[in-house]
Amino acid sequence: MKYLRQFCVIMLVTFLGEILYMLLPLPVPASIYGLVLMLAALCTKVIKPEQVKETAVFLIEIMPVMFIPASVGLIESWDSLQGILLPVAVTILVTTVLVFAVTGLVSQGVIRKSNRKSTKGGSDS
Amino acid sequence: MNEILKDSILFGVSVSLLGYEAGRWMQKRYKKAIFNPLLISVVLVISFLLLFHIDYETYNNGAKYIGFLLTPATVCLAIPLYEQLELLKNNVCAVALGILSGVITSLTGVWILSRLFSFSHEEYVTLLPKSITTAIGIGISEEMGGIPTITVAVIVITGILGNVLAESICKLFRITEPVAKGLAIGTSAHAMGTSKAIEMGDIEGAMSSLAIASAGLVTVIFASIYANFI
Repeated sequence: MKYLRQFCVIMLVTFLGEILYMLLPLPVPASIYGLVLMLAALCTKVIKPEQVKETAVFLIEIMPVMFIPASVGLIESWDSLQGILLPVAVTILVTTVLVFAVTGLVSQGVIRKSNRKSTKGGSDS
Repeated sequence: MNEILKDSILFGVSVSLLGYEAGRWMQKRYKKAIFNPLLISVVLVISFLLLFHIDYETYNNGAKYIGFLLTPATVCLAIPLYEQLELLKNNVCAVALGILSGVITSLTGVWILSRLFSFSHEEYVTLLPKSITTAIGIGISEEMGGIPTITVAVIVITGILGNVLAESICKLFRITEPVAKGLAIGTSAHAMGTSKAIEMGDIEGAMSSLAIASAGLVTVIFASIYANFI
């Protein structure tokens, strides 16, 4: 019954996220409201980690599979993409690599700088 | 084929799961980034549908129920994040600056390349939210006058790319801090990249999850300014 209870808690929080999405006029999706609500509930100990943990781990583990239907949907947008395929492909490739590198290097730089300052901070790498 | 499968719910679900299992098998066997289970499964499912002349609609009739779990699964990303909250508190500066610089890079990159390829306003704003999670991206694209279905396609391609290339880019740019790796993956390739970050480690996964939400929200703010540029 543990899993059922955990699934119930997760679904309730998700549902609350949906309600917020319907009530608030912001361009924030239900999943992000839910994520923030779940984090707040955990921080305030309204929900204890063991009340959601195993089911959450399971859902996160199978997450890649959930992207398959939308990705297969690419065959539907194929026709409208065809005319601008090359420039779009270049834009996607260049910006994705660039964003990845900039984000990683900036945060790594900040971490290393503060590590040097606080002689032997508890970094684990 | 369409006639028989049209009312089947489990056809789409089974094909997706089998495709993913095949992808995982190939990943184990060949151990190369290109044998990414998500990429392989998408290629296999698309080939299967084309080969047997099955409509996307027939497939999605059942497959959409897998997608339905995406919202609760995203909510669950709060749990690994909560477990790494100490780490987040110790690295607030790195997190904020990393994500902010990533979002600005994404928007500026799309802007410059759109100028270069002389994209119309419609095409430009369609590409603008390419690095963020689909649910927020569609909203931005719609609001700015883009084409939401193409935005979804672009976001998906970005996600697959981030997922497949994550380890190589980390190596190439010598990004070794787990916190930095996670932030980079989540900011550049949203939830699809995050599933890769989770495989890489707990810290990577938590930071990537954090970046999905944060980068998405920061993009909402900045995209409305960038949308006026073309």
